[in-house]
Amino acid sequence: MMMVTNKGIYIKRNDGRKMDEVRPMTAKVGIVPSADGSAIFETGKTKAIAVVRGPRTLHPQHLQNAQAGVLRVNYGMMPFSVEDRIRPGPNRRSEEISKVTEWALSSVVDLSEFPNTVIDVFVQIPQADAGTRVAGINAAAMALAHAGIPMKEMVSAIGVGKIDKTLVVDLDKYEDSEFHDAEGSTDIPMVFTSRGKEIALLQLDGKISVDEFKETIKMAKKACEDILKVQMDALKNVTGEDDE
Amino acid sequence: MSDYIMPNLQREKIESYLNEGKRLDGRKVDEYRKLVVEDGVSKNSASAVRVKFGKTEVLAGVHLALATPYPDSPDAGTFMTSAELHPMASQQFDIGRPGINAIELARVIDRGIRESGFIDMKKLCIKEGEKVWQVFVDIVAINDDGNILDVAGLAALIALGRARMPIYNEKEDKVDGYSEKEGIPLEKDVLSFSMTFHKVGNAIVADVGKEEEEISKFRLTIAMGGTPLDTPLDKGQTGRANRTGQVSGKPRITAMQKGKAGTISDKDMETILKLAESKWAEMFPKVKEYVFG
Repeated sequence: MMMVTNKGIYIKRNDGRKMDEVRPMTAKVGIVPSADGSAIFETGKTKAIAVVRGPRTLHPQHLQNAQAGVLRVNYGMMPFSVEDRIRPGPNRRSEEISKVTEWALSSVVDLSEFPNTVIDVFVQIPQADAGTRVAGINAAAMALAHAGIPMKEMVSAIGVGKIDKTLVVDLDKYEDSEFHDAEGSTDIPMVFTSRGKEIALLQLDGKISVDEFKETIKMAKKACEDILKVQMDALKNVTGEDDE
Repeated sequence: MSDYIMPNLQREKIESYLNEGKRLDGRKVDEYRKLVVEDGVSKNSASAVRVKFGKTEVLAGVHLALATPYPDSPDAGTFMTSAELHPMASQQFDIGRPGINAIELARVIDRGIRESGFIDMKKLCIKEGEKVWQVFVDIVAINDDGNILDVAGLAALIALGRARMPIYNEKEDKVDGYSEKEGIPLEKDVLSFSMTFHKVGNAIVADVGKEEEEISKFRLTIAMGGTPLDTPLDKGQTGRANRTGQVSGKPRITAMQKGKAGTISDKDMETILKLAESKWAEMFPKVKEYVFG
């Protein structure tokens, strides 16, 4: 793979990783005993918990779909997840992330067997070091599989981007929001389906050329293969009994 | 939000037309509707404009207020975009605080403009650490006939481009009306505008109408702006690259957002990026004219 390095001022990552290296990952399912499905996914210092509840009857009734179940996602950061306390409850950012997460997961679940029901996915971030929405999606996909919700494919998520002129995988907080020199930082969360390798989520903010963007897609696709392995390994390690 | 009800027959007709590269209203798949811009919607704000693509219509206004800067950027003004999808615009919209559709729309437009560096935030600083200008862009949908996002994005830019700078009265620490000549500080060449493409049937379609939008599998919004040819910083240097005032003929992406549950294949992505680049080259000079017209 072509790596763009030594072109700008960001030639060494602040934590010593290679430009296309994902932070160390751990994953586990079955962490919330009362839930229908649950998982935790960690990358570096970022931790995401996902809980699935449902299928259950959707209220109010007018929101029900007689053809298929409805997937509903709620993403939120815990008040103590970052250095400045976050006020509990939804905000504009969390509402948008909930929606794009819902779209990404809806692309792979098959809810045709569960008309008039809702499947709730709750994503919570206890500790944040950038990449919380992608960690949340990785956890949520595992939690859905753990809950036995029919899925056409898995999804895996990663943040890629550009620091000054250098393309990087899995930005940490410094790279995502504290690097302001020269061309600054571009953040691109992406989600890929496991078999079709199609894009289920794509957001971008920053400054990047079309050619560089195309390169980041390749880098994200490759990283998602590693992430998928971590997700699948965790799902294979379910013992049936959730408590340790 | 009430559902938009469309007979399956109509859906099939739209898709089968598009599969042959045709649209029901006679436009080409990559053809935008006619843009109409009207100024002077409210004399009381820094600017307020009315923008239409065909029958899709939005109003956008700019307001500047005195504010305290954020601690992490004490020498820069602040910027905020809000949108209201008012029920007067569509039977699908509800009264009340902005819902997810309005929030998403405002945030996507905000990111595209903010990241481009179009607004010179440093010049909006009055006294470092103490007083800065806060720029508000407020968008209100008047009629929804599809693709509100692109119309709203243009309206936001046009309102910014035509906004008058308020006069700061330092003695009394208040705002004393507007300057007759001075606009708000903008970097014209990096202006970035949003283009949204939908997958309908097997086609990638620009500037969707209401029915196309309703049945599309996914949408992808791309904000593209001018690329400044800056002198890069050397290793060890910090700060912003030095502006040369020159721009390259190629666009740079400043924001993207995929919407809806459909997935994007490599082939679709290639089509969209190609289309976005050629549309950008065609529209960039025209958009600039409207923004600063």
